[in-house]
Amino acid sequence: MKTVIKSFTIAISAAVLLPVSAIAFEASPLSLAATKPVSSAEVTGSVPAKISVSNANVFNRLLKKIEDPNAAPADDGIHDIENEPTFALQPPKIAYKGLPTSEYGNHIDWVKALDDGLLDPRYDRVDPSIEPFVMDLDIVRPVKASVPDVVFPHKPHTQWLHCSNCHPKIFIPQRLANQINMSAIILGQKCGVCHGKVSFPPTTKSCKKCHSKPKPSDWTPPLSDATVKNPWR
Amino acid sequence: MKAKTERTAMWKFTLFGVLAWMGVLVAPEPAQAEYADVVMNNYADAAGMRPVVFPHWYHRIRFRCKVCHADLGFKFKAGGNKITMAKIIDGKFCGACHNGEVSWSVENCGLCHSGIPGTPTHISGSTVQRLVAPAYKILDKKKTVQDGYNK
Repeated sequence: MKTVIKSFTIAISAAVLLPVSAIAFEASPLSLAATKPVSSAEVTGSVPAKISVSNANVFNRLLKKIEDPNAAPADDGIHDIENEPTFALQPPKIAYKGLPTSEYGNHIDWVKALDDGLLDPRYDRVDPSIEPFVMDLDIVRPVKASVPDVVFPHKPHTQWLHCSNCHPKIFIPQRLANQINMSAIILGQKCGVCHGKVSFPPTTKSCKKCHSKPKPSDWTPPLSDATVKNPWR
Repeated sequence: MKAKTERTAMWKFTLFGVLAWMGVLVAPEPAQAEYADVVMNNYADAAGMRPVVFPHWYHRIRFRCKVCHADLGFKFKAGGNKITMAKIIDGKFCGACHNGEVSWSVENCGLCHSGIPGTPTHISGSTVQRLVAPAYKILDKKKTVQDGYNK
């Protein structure tokens, strides 16, 4: 009985003391941080690694960066270097010399290259003299969210493509007939049939290429139902 | 005494360096294939050939999308055209140009059939591939975790 009471008192005292020690422990690094100036290298660099610390604590755990986006065929990870003709293939960097760059996709601004006359790809399989049928018509698509509205320019699209590539299968040529959302695009539907696979991909850096028309100055984001009906509001 | 601690610290650093280097070697490298390169392996592996790698960039410098995707009938889907050598020598798909007239002829097998054997049909660098977590339902979640997703 005595031992039971003894262990009980130890447990209580431990329960009281532990949070105190925890607070003290937590406070010490904070006070250190306050006195010690933090250099920018410490903020941006990787976590100083010690073997005793879990190596899961790295910066940008889920960020995948491609080191060389325009690698030569032999270095690109999909071409077989056991295959002799792999080395006869042209490395993209040689072809891209002098073309305007971008921050995504092939890292080449293909539309600008065409506009600047740096490229003149054929519109016909064999006849280089055939001119594309270009239509200059911008379509404005209002967007529910707070991002700028979408302006779809037909011009750069018809410079490359034919009407039948998109209409009527991918985009029904009728007002309000096409429901588009970013999830569908990312999964390869609608605009995502090309954008995200061949033409410039939807990334944070490229949002404004499509979402380019600012909202009116008096625009406010519509409140969600959960907010309007929020009983604790 | 001080020299000794320094030496152990050095050892620790060296050991860590070696471990980190090994980690770099072992860790799967992110795919660096050119954006929009298409690997086609509907039938190649089964026929004992390397899969085909189609460089979109090379072709778009020379042709507008319309030529292949409207005139020649290539669907906008990797592996969706079910291309076979029989169709190519009949002048369909790649064979419309790769016939020794517009471009080099099909006896240059290894120029197209240049992919690493076993590579599945896909389009490299696509948004779906580059997502950190899949935006679609994984059929075999356990397997994907074992394969290293979400390390």
